[in-house]
Amino acid sequence: MIVVELAARLDAKVLCGSEAALGRAVRGAYAGDLLSWVMGRAQAGTAWVTIMSNMNVAAVALLTDVSCVVLSENVTPDEALLVRAAREELVLLSTPLSTYDACWRIREGLADAAVL
Amino acid sequence: MPDVVRLHYDVDGENFMAAGEASSAVKNVLRRLGFGEDLVRRAAICLYEGEINMVIHANGGAIDVSVSPQAIEMVLQDQGDGIPDIEQAMREGFSTASDRVRDLGFGAGMGLPNMRRYADSLEVTSEPGKGTRVLMTLRIAPV
Repeated sequence: MIVVELAARLDAKVLCGSEAALGRAVRGAYAGDLLSWVMGRAQAGTAWVTIMSNMNVAAVALLTDVSCVVLSENVTPDEALLVRAAREELVLLSTPLSTYDACWRIREGLADAAVL
Repeated sequence: MPDVVRLHYDVDGENFMAAGEASSAVKNVLRRLGFGEDLVRRAAICLYEGEINMVIHANGGAIDVSVSPQAIEMVLQDQGDGIPDIEQAMREGFSTASDRVRDLGFGAGMGLPNMRRYADSLEVTSEPGKGTRVLMTLRIAPV
């Protein structure tokens, strides 16, 4: 499953992301809002689901090398996050789903794609 | 590449929005030098945690990174209040961050534990009232 397919499964808006970044494979998911916790645990290539919306989200996403950031509960990113994410070609998705439901659908997607 | 690559960054205190710029820059340099993804990721995480700590707790500081064929050494030096009890600060979940900082998603008490987890060695020396020095080393496996 690639990022753009994940966006469809999550009924998510693609807020930003280059074509190459949207074509990246999703290898799993990580949910969390405490940045340091995410920093230490999120694995490269996973989709990071969070309700945090400030610019530091971009730094953590880039450093952990997640495949995309999924803002759950229709969270709107701060302007500074949007600008930095666009500059760094980081994919930001916004979904109306809760973090739990978003993770559930990611798992379904991975199962359908026979990743799990 | 020259034998040793040296990088220096000054980190602004209280500038949460720019925090992570030095780590991102170092990550890009390490990538360009051709290091593997795992090593680059570990170095970036260690440095980011240190950088954020200086922003949150020490009103900024300085970062010096040197990359030799054997190791990546990262030194973070600040003139903050210092850490009274380093052992306590190393414990997962222990944090003295303010509510404002926590609202930004920091203050989980995972900074130093993450550094210990991802660096091959971590040395923290601190003098109350004078500042803290953090030295992290990541070994480079011979090819």
